[in-house]
Amino acid sequence: MKMNRLIVTISALSVLLLPALAQSQSRQSAQTRPRTQVPPTDAQVMHVLNRLTFGPRPGDVEAVKKMGITAFIETQLHPESIPQAQEVTTYVQSHESLSMSPPQLFIAFGRPVQQAVGAAALQKQGNTDDAQNEVLKVAKKKYGQVIEDFSCEHIARAEYSPRQLEEVMTDFWFNHFNVSKDKGLDHVWVGAFEDQAIRPNALGHFRDLLEATAHHPAMLFYLDNWQNSAPGSAPILQGKKGKQIASGINENYARELMELHTLGVDGGYTQQDVIALAHILTGLGLPSRRDYRTMGDASRVTYVFNERRHDFSTKNFLGRSVPGSGEREIEYALDVLAAAPQTAHHISYKLVQYFVADDPPPAAVNACAQTFQRTNGDIKAVLRTLFSRPEFWDPQNDNSKFKSPQRYLISTLRASQVSPQQGRPLLGFLVQTGEPLYGCLTPDGYKNTKDAWLNPDGLLKRISLATAISTGRLPAAMGQQADPRQVMDAIGKEVKPKTMATIAQAPQNMQSALLLGSPEFMRY
Amino acid sequence: MDRREFLKTAVLASVSSVMPLHSWAASTSSAASNKKLVIVLLRGAVDGLSVVVPVGDRDYYAARPNIAIPQPKAQGGAIDLDGYFALNPALAPMMDLWNGKKLAFVHACGSPDPTRSHFDAQDYMESGEPGVKSASTGWLDRLLQTLPENNSPVRAINFGPTIPRIFSGCNNVANVSVARKIGGQVGDHQVTDRPELAQMFGQIYKDDPMLAGTFSEGITARKTILTDLAQASPEDQQEMEAANRGAAPPQAAFGKQVATLLLKEPNTQVAFIAFGGWDTHVNQGSEKGQLANKLSALGTGLADFYRTLGSNGDNVTTLVMSEFGRTAHENGNRGTDHGHGNVMWLIGGGVRGGKVYGKWNGLSNAALYENRDVPVTTDFRSVVSAVLRGPMQIADVAKIFPGFEYDPRLENVVKA
Repeated sequence: MKMNRLIVTISALSVLLLPALAQSQSRQSAQTRPRTQVPPTDAQVMHVLNRLTFGPRPGDVEAVKKMGITAFIETQLHPESIPQAQEVTTYVQSHESLSMSPPQLFIAFGRPVQQAVGAAALQKQGNTDDAQNEVLKVAKKKYGQVIEDFSCEHIARAEYSPRQLEEVMTDFWFNHFNVSKDKGLDHVWVGAFEDQAIRPNALGHFRDLLEATAHHPAMLFYLDNWQNSAPGSAPILQGKKGKQIASGINENYARELMELHTLGVDGGYTQQDVIALAHILTGLGLPSRRDYRTMGDASRVTYVFNERRHDFSTKNFLGRSVPGSGEREIEYALDVLAAAPQTAHHISYKLVQYFVADDPPPAAVNACAQTFQRTNGDIKAVLRTLFSRPEFWDPQNDNSKFKSPQRYLISTLRASQVSPQQGRPLLGFLVQTGEPLYGCLTPDGYKNTKDAWLNPDGLLKRISLATAISTGRLPAAMGQQADPRQVMDAIGKEVKPKTMATIAQAPQNMQSALLLGSPEFMRY
Repeated sequence: MDRREFLKTAVLASVSSVMPLHSWAASTSSAASNKKLVIVLLRGAVDGLSVVVPVGDRDYYAARPNIAIPQPKAQGGAIDLDGYFALNPALAPMMDLWNGKKLAFVHACGSPDPTRSHFDAQDYMESGEPGVKSASTGWLDRLLQTLPENNSPVRAINFGPTIPRIFSGCNNVANVSVARKIGGQVGDHQVTDRPELAQMFGQIYKDDPMLAGTFSEGITARKTILTDLAQASPEDQQEMEAANRGAAPPQAAFGKQVATLLLKEPNTQVAFIAFGGWDTHVNQGSEKGQLANKLSALGTGLADFYRTLGSNGDNVTTLVMSEFGRTAHENGNRGTDHGHGNVMWLIGGGVRGGKVYGKWNGLSNAALYENRDVPVTTDFRSVVSAVLRGPMQIADVAKIFPGFEYDPRLENVVKA
């Protein structure tokens, strides 16, 4: 990872965020508690930084104090008003794969491996061929490189982007609509899924997120809908020789679309609704070779709706009769699911759990659900409601949530200002602590609760990471030490006086490690 | 002083004073403490009809035109068990256990709750209270509460980086990673292995209400495990290194690793390991293919586990379970969708092995649950209760499955 640091840290927030101040005094923000009149307390500033960002950097506390909490929140809700950090734009511009469409990613990274593996398997039956092995080696290396490119992009954005709430919400929605790099072609598509389907809609409208995820090849492949087709319809042809794969109903996406993405497991649907929705979704899949040939610029074709594989019979879905009309049925079903009150509640519950407390206060959930329904799933509006709730500001919830490994890693990088030149040690830490990036195998995504992440082994691994980062022993960041004064500036307000007194007596070269490895910094 | 308090004060004491190291055989303080339970959870719903195959049922072959396991006498055929059921040939390494009467199955077994959600079904199987969303503790935690206390930091071991739902509750659980070199130098160094740094961090953790206990548990458990594995034989060390390099998939390597650890840890009473990747909606395969590959690795691992344990394996009961079974009929994509009843595996010296148990109604449409799935004719808790009452010597299983009346007929799956 070439995250060549430019020194835009302390000044970044204050300078870059201030131009957006003018537009921030919207009607909604006036409803939030009047924090602009009274200067916010340190605890309030820490809380808003902890929950709306991946953790404070040196200078952030001062910057938020200066602009006021209400203005900070409103600015973060409008990421387009905040100039992107140089680190992020430089990284994105210097990695070609990041701007590729899914078909381009397949052609550049997926297909070569498929072909080389196939050829190598054929070779094994005859003589081994060094040239063939070399082709396979190169293809595999590129295949490994593409996921590393996207993973490092993810970390760079989380660490450097001043549009922190956008990154935080990207994390939230990615896990809500989880796909895994470990399922076949999703290896080359998972990063594009985040960049194309999730991030652009992270602070937009829920219905758009649903639309984008339903049609992205990463989701179509991950939950098998590309194979879901009307019973008896023409089979999909795969590969050069047109090897047939069977056709028929596959319930996988239909079930998770209701259980995880919209209504929630207690949303009142039945097995018959799962089957009906699977029938409605038939024909929505990935382009075939022939589609590429007939559809012109293939690089833009990310999904197809194949009428010949769609079931045109009338379905009975959630008590509604849905006549067979093709692709419009899918739009109708997504409309119904997005507008259902169960969906508003399900999403609100998860948001309040993510931003407020592991055990979400029902009053806050209900208020968010009301806003969700009233605004047809306007995510900004729901977050405005959430951030203005007394439950969000209840001091009891300060420093009360236990960080996930990923949040711990990113917050440590932000507070320490250590900048590794490669992503691998960081990605390795996430593997060892049970949260490999893009590697959640199951569609429910990673949890963000203490119950999921607090365990003795994981805690010691965090302490080891904090120490390695602070003392210049992290591979790829050798010799870069975290200045304890800078770390203090970033997170000092979080640490209890008693902890601080102990740390002050420790050897100077261990002070940053103790701050970043402190019990307070394990939480947010 | 409760255990948490004990560990808190013990954190800086030397390991040997906390937990004298001795071999398994030497630990004979109480007969019950020698009994160990290992739970293997196959997350994602393994297709039980491909594990213990009803080859004697014509409806089975009708329901699965493309993915059925062939008859025992055919090429790549299943391995006959009792003339009606046969074992997936990928599980051939387990036949020694079957022939030695140490392996049994209960078919059409599972949770009475009808959910086809992976996550709810796993949650219920781990809480042991199907249908109760508010259940707070996991049933292995309640088991630890019932087993004789031995104050060991490795009394319960979870293999994996995070603590699963089944351990939710108040008892300490040590977690270790599998398929990495445990106790070696490469990539496994923790700064708190150095006593002066453990002390420094111990100072700032000792009063933290949320994390003090977790921190001290981590320090003590790690010392114990490191010490024991450092004493592992060179062959065992080599085995672990091979696994670390990816020579074998984790499922195949876990057997030897876990057995090595258990042999060194007389005080471990409960161990848990989960494997994923069983959700075969597409191209499941039959005697070969993705499911067979996974079963082969798992079967090798389980066989190695008992081979490594040797005669000590008589005191170790292993249960292999999965949240639900899969549809009796294959779907349109040569896979299977979420179903209901499944097969549960029991292994160990305390098992009356060599038999497939459970009420089996066949796979005719009339016999299927909601016309699509193997029904659940045995509650998984009845099987667990039988193991707890038999090999684990627990008199009162009501504390582990409150309000549940186990089916006493299942007692014949274990020795009295």
